[in-house]
Amino acid sequence: MNNRIQKLFAEKQQGLLSVYFTAGYPNLNDTVPIILELEKNGVDLIEVGMPFSDPLADGPTIQQSSEIAIRNGMTIPLLFEQLKDIREKTQIPLVLMGYLNPVMQYGVERFCKKASEIGIDGIILPDLPLSDYVREYKELFEQYNLSKVFLVTPQTPEQRIREIDAQSNGFVYMVSSASTTGSTSGKSVENTGYFERLAGLELRNPRMIGFGIHDKETFQRACNHSRGAIIGSAFIKALAKEGSLQENIRTFVQSLRN
Amino acid sequence: MKFTVDDYGFYGKFGGAYIPEMLYPNVEELRQNYLKIMQEPDFQEEFQSLLKDYVGRPTPLYFAKRLSEKYNTKIYLKREDLNHTGAHKINNTVGQILLAKRLGKTRIIAETGAGQHGVATATVCALMGIECVVYMGEVDIKRQAPNVARMKMLGASVVPATSGSKTLKDATNEAIRDWINNPENTYYIIGSVVGPHPYPDMVARFQSVISEEMMAQLQEKEGRDYPDYVVACVGGGSNAAGAFYHYLDRPEVKLVAVEAAGLGVDSGESAATSVLGKEGIIHGSRTLLMQTEDGQVTEPYSISAGLDYPGVGPLHAHLFDTKRAIFESVTDEEALQAVLELTRLEGIIPALETAHALAAVGRLGAKPDDVVVVNLSGRGDKDLATYLERFHFDE
Ligand SMILES: Cc1ncc(COP(=O)(O)O)c(C=O)c1O
Repeated sequence: MNNRIQKLFAEKQQGLLSVYFTAGYPNLNDTVPIILELEKNGVDLIEVGMPFSDPLADGPTIQQSSEIAIRNGMTIPLLFEQLKDIREKTQIPLVLMGYLNPVMQYGVERFCKKASEIGIDGIILPDLPLSDYVREYKELFEQYNLSKVFLVTPQTPEQRIREIDAQSNGFVYMVSSASTTGSTSGKSVENTGYFERLAGLELRNPRMIGFGIHDKETFQRACNHSRGAIIGSAFIKALAKEGSLQENIRTFVQSLRN
Repeated sequence: MKFTVDDYGFYGKFGGAYIPEMLYPNVEELRQNYLKIMQEPDFQEEFQSLLKDYVGRPTPLYFAKRLSEKYNTKIYLKREDLNHTGAHKINNTVGQILLAKRLGKTRIIAETGAGQHGVATATVCALMGIECVVYMGEVDIKRQAPNVARMKMLGASVVPATSGSKTLKDATNEAIRDWINNPENTYYIIGSVVGPHPYPDMVARFQSVISEEMMAQLQEKEGRDYPDYVVACVGGGSNAAGAFYHYLDRPEVKLVAVEAAGLGVDSGESAATSVLGKEGIIHGSRTLLMQTEDGQVTEPYSISAGLDYPGVGPLHAHLFDTKRAIFESVTDEEALQAVLELTRLEGIIPALETAHALAAVGRLGAKPDDVVVVNLSGRGDKDLATYLERFHFDE
């Protein structure tokens, strides 16, 4: 398999910044403008959230952006429609992230096919269990050249981490601490023992750290222990500020790296 | 047995454990240990002794003479309303708290709709001296105020769920999020046969005492250990699972699952999952689910907080799919009439949830010699405010 995610990790060794946003938020048609603006500001990878009514792994910020996006009218067919010409505009690696039920209703095979046609590189479905993926969907994802990214947490046993590493590709998504998204309780990037333990496993996939990363300091710290970091809730909050989309995105991304 | 869970946690095509990785270690720990612990002699001894002396089991199987006359068939009521705390829910919480203790957990969380499961959880936590946090939808906090007061009196914290329809589904979301944030010391006592495997199977086993007792009681009263019909209401489906359990493989027993139709199944204000739902994923389980075409969960409605849920346990989805059970739905109005009917004919005030099962009795087509057991899942004290408002006794 060779897609834009693999290419990215082959070319850039450290300090990678991946940004998550919920498609359809703040406004229904912001999807493409947000992607292009993020790329312009030097973001390395983008996770496009497919909103779900009952996002179990998410804290209040993404719950709210999802609710608003659904109310705005966002659906998987509409998202695909918005993204249909995206590869004429940008080559940034794109990952779709969401919960299993909407994808199941759309049809998993149909979903993979469409995503691949558009030029999507990877999929994250936190509530699709590894065992089901391996049994039912792995061949399909590989056929369509889609990386399937799995999460690991401080509580994930080594044997399971190795299994996840063996069965997936793209990157391993390290959840910084036991929490839902958006927690800034402070414990998020302090778990250096866990970061070091995973670094020591010498996995075949690169590692990215996410959950609770929200400013320059936490971004830096995550980068010290992995190839880069994923930011979601903090970015959603930045989008909600007064001012234009362009300004908000520029200010936020620059605040992380400068 | 065709209706038990397979090695992967499925009933036919329903069930499984569709959970984010953050929950995997806890759910896996439970999966590996629940059957082993439940079979240990000291667990069984403590469980059975609490069911008997603390909960007050066995509950009576009462022949409802005047109700039987009215419907021209033989109706028995399985009196789960006479359990300590007033519903079947405590059968399960006693079992799960003993399990949680053996797993070394020191903090308990739960979701609740009608508040009966919350009260039953707060009760066993008080009994064991363990911290207890109960999530409850803001709407339900208002309509089940007496149970909120009981939980607080028992020392539990009641946390309002303010998202979505602010009812049982949302309370369950919040409880799951709490568990994600507290993976080490916390145990989640789920209140129905829902959630990821092994919860549906475990809760069904704890509730199976209902049909186990029924068999012995029917043997004594009717000279045979089975009825022609077992009727139970279904929210998530725990009281129904318990009442059906030992009859699942006995086709001579008709199993009747009664869902809440709310204002009517076609009104847009309903919780009749088997009619309105299609296959999907909710709270870690593949089951029937009320949802939009795009896979967003729809907000259900029922006057009864305990039945106001857009899904149903995977066992029941399988019973529906295989046509092993008959599914009926009963409106708010029909349930209210059934409340008054039982109260005036038998001197028993049932819970609103239970009243849905009672309201379906007249539709069974039961013959005069047929034996019908209605699982009287709970008593109506918690619903008195609703009853007074709807029945206008003062006018
Ligand atoms: C008295 C009573 N019956 C039934 C139910 C519905 O739950 P289940 O379907 O799990 O039995 C509830 C739930 O709160 C209840 O309190």
